[in-house]
Amino acid sequence: MTPDTPLIIDDITLQSRLFLGTAGYPSPDILRQAIEASNPGLITVSLRRENAAGKGQDFWGIIKDMNVPVLPNTAGCFTAQEAITTAEMAREVFETNWIKLEVIGDDYLLNPDPFDLLKAAEALTNKGFNVFPYMTDDLILAQRLSDIGCKILMPWGAPIGSGKGLNNPYALQTMRDRFTGHTLVVDAGLGAPSHAAQAMEMGFDAVLLNTAVSKAADPVAMARAFAQATTAGRSAFRAGIIAPQSSARASTPMLDKPFWHQG
Amino acid sequence: MNITLNGSPETVTDGMTIAALLQDKGYGDKLVAVAVNGAFTPKSTREEQTLSDGDTVEIVAPMQGG
Repeated sequence: MTPDTPLIIDDITLQSRLFLGTAGYPSPDILRQAIEASNPGLITVSLRRENAAGKGQDFWGIIKDMNVPVLPNTAGCFTAQEAITTAEMAREVFETNWIKLEVIGDDYLLNPDPFDLLKAAEALTNKGFNVFPYMTDDLILAQRLSDIGCKILMPWGAPIGSGKGLNNPYALQTMRDRFTGHTLVVDAGLGAPSHAAQAMEMGFDAVLLNTAVSKAADPVAMARAFAQATTAGRSAFRAGIIAPQSSARASTPMLDKPFWHQG
Repeated sequence: MNITLNGSPETVTDGMTIAALLQDKGYGDKLVAVAVNGAFTPKSTREEQTLSDGDTVEIVAPMQGG
């Protein structure tokens, strides 16, 4: 098999197909170790109100030294306008046109709001952003986002932080099959490394997760496990997985089996 | 005049620029971005843009995110 090609976004070659969030770790040092252990292709960050003590400055100092591309998010935004303003602030602070566009529509399940998402994605694309939309797995939404210029689509596996894995593999597989030229990332809801492997086996280009690692009993070991599962899933996809069938097919050949009687 | 800074009421000098506000509140040398009344205010305009009574100012910095 030919060697795998790396994922390249805007001429930046990503080191792996695991995208890792930076929130909720027991300590900054464990976050740093988790990043080192899993070698993520990019890490997600956010913007929050700064205090005069400058708590954000210390965090940024750690992240900058890791030399991993950052993907700022608009987490917690509930309207297109909030998300647009947050994205513009993120571009100035992080010096990147990349934005993980989150527009949340529901407090309880943190569902992406597809209508304001599309509105914000269009405005930001027109302002020169490369929008990574956090979205539901709806095919028409994917088409509309593609129509306004999104080359990357990030459907959810399950609600953020739920750890339920891929709630609707059929929808995700269909999106993969229909959007062959897009970079597709399963974002949110992964809990176990097997969920990451499953998404990669389906042909997704990458997976994005945070809570599954940061809230694990041992975040550093879990970060490594997710990295291995992502690689394994990717290798399996490239190797060509057999189609399932309902009847048995003997793997050991029958030819020259002892005690065999013909006719 | 009165403004709202990161959700809290503040009294500041009339006609203060954003740059002066940042300096005054201890953000002078920090990596932050600013929005006034919900609109992004680029760094390049901080020296000129003045605040008005009742303005809502958000000052944000890098933070952990998923």
